[in-house]
Amino acid sequence: MTAADAVRAAFRRADDAGADASALNIFLYEDRDGALARAAALDGEPRRGPLHGVPVALKDNIATTSLPTSCGSRILEGYVSPFEATAARRLREAGAIVIAKTNMDEFAMGSSTEHSAYGVTRNPLAPDRVPGGSSGGSAAAVAAGIVPIALGSETGGSVRQPAAFCGVVGVKPTYGRVSRYGLVAFASSLDQIGVFGRTVDDAATGLQAIAGPDPLDSTSAREPVPDYVAGSADGLRGVVIGKPAEYFPGDLDARVRDRCDAALDALARLGAEVRDVSLPHSRLAIEVYYIIAPAEASSNLARFDGVRYGLRLEGDGLRGMYEATRSAGFGAEVTRRILLGTYVLSAGYYDAYYRKAQQVRALIARDFGSVFGAGVDLLFTPTTPTPAFSIGSKSDPYEMYLSDVFTCTANLAGVPALSLPIGRVDGLPVGGQLIAPHFREREMFAAARALERALGDEAHR
Amino acid sequence: MAVTLDDVRHIATLARLGVSEERARALVAELNTILAHMDVLSRVETTGVEPAGAAGLAAAPLRDDAGPAIPLERSREAFAPAMRDGFFLVPRLATHDDAAEES
Repeated sequence: MTAADAVRAAFRRADDAGADASALNIFLYEDRDGALARAAALDGEPRRGPLHGVPVALKDNIATTSLPTSCGSRILEGYVSPFEATAARRLREAGAIVIAKTNMDEFAMGSSTEHSAYGVTRNPLAPDRVPGGSSGGSAAAVAAGIVPIALGSETGGSVRQPAAFCGVVGVKPTYGRVSRYGLVAFASSLDQIGVFGRTVDDAATGLQAIAGPDPLDSTSAREPVPDYVAGSADGLRGVVIGKPAEYFPGDLDARVRDRCDAALDALARLGAEVRDVSLPHSRLAIEVYYIIAPAEASSNLARFDGVRYGLRLEGDGLRGMYEATRSAGFGAEVTRRILLGTYVLSAGYYDAYYRKAQQVRALIARDFGSVFGAGVDLLFTPTTPTPAFSIGSKSDPYEMYLSDVFTCTANLAGVPALSLPIGRVDGLPVGGQLIAPHFREREMFAAARALERALGDEAHR
Repeated sequence: MAVTLDDVRHIATLARLGVSEERARALVAELNTILAHMDVLSRVETTGVEPAGAAGLAAAPLRDDAGPAIPLERSREAFAPAMRDGFFLVPRLATHDDAAEES
């Protein structure tokens, strides 16, 4: 198959699946002519590697120079970045072809892709359900079979949670593993670009292309990047997998618990030792996350002021212009989080909220260090408490925040984690999560690959 | 530590967000509901615990906070449509007397 064939097939599939705003609303911007031109050029070149000619999609908060980068927000409507994100550049240099930018919760704040200024994205497997979020468009693009690989971003689970809801693989690498240069900042101590794939190997191939140090991001890690795709899938003898009690609470959906038990049985049959462990401070993760992330967001989003980017509305003087622009440009959830973040950072409340949250964050990270330091190689948990919920069913913001209860701990601790399909409940996918120590993505992929093969078709029915 | 209407007005001002009176009243309830969940943190014993933050995590290396500044990949002029005397030119406010002038 030529690159041109692959690109044409991707757009045909997008049309058939209804990727535009009239149906699933997966894509915000498409580049049909540019993608075909690039495919034609690649077809005349020597093969660059496994991504040569592969169509991919990028979440719309990853800067591209050929397509706009709106972050799902009115305040950046039509904004075209003057520079390209390092992750996007590396994919392009590996031969991948960016065919579209995908819908997302505004500025990545949400767990359902219902908070986009450009409308709700629907789950391709169940269009009355959400695809998860905030990278719901990228997850849906892979689930609908349009692209085999897509990039998303994570701050509290925004790749793994939609991967679980859409029945695909989603990986969040170690903080610092992938350059954040060109990723529009939400909460800088948590943000990390992640990868969706149809399979574990697809996700590993995508991460392989974008991982590694970058002089343009001083928080990118200098740690060498091992081969993620070549890891063994034969067995897990000698591997210790921890089952943390806090991620299997008494009120966990029984059907999700059953699927997780079946996956743990499969891991044991592969030779792994499954060990009960405890991460006691993980119970506080949502509270910690929803102080730290809005606090950082309130600072990062100050740059959208009507002067430097996108939308500008005139008001009374400079302050009036700022307020008019920001009020018209930001949606309700972004506004709520900016105000929450401003409050917890303001004089009189900083110690009680922000400093306290950073202390408890340290305890959460310490728990992971203790478990991994005691001989546990990987952790296994459900990715989400429930399968995909119905569009419009969560109107209480805090109830929505609970969607991230099992995922945001990995962001707070900076460790890598992956979600893969482990079965279905009433036709809806259930995701299982593997969490690894810092920079142990290779071992995480190997275990995920082994589990994927052991479950076989069971993972998708 | 309940959030009051004055608090919402104050933080909206700090955040440069214009919030209507009706929306401000709704935000009082919304923020109080969210923050009520956060109160659980006040009961966690954290005496002597150093606050985290990316810099405190093993996976977040930072370069030394020392000069010289990292040189720009491209000239400053490449980042903005217009410059004068080394400064970026931005759109004038419509409320300025000379707003009709270019830039």
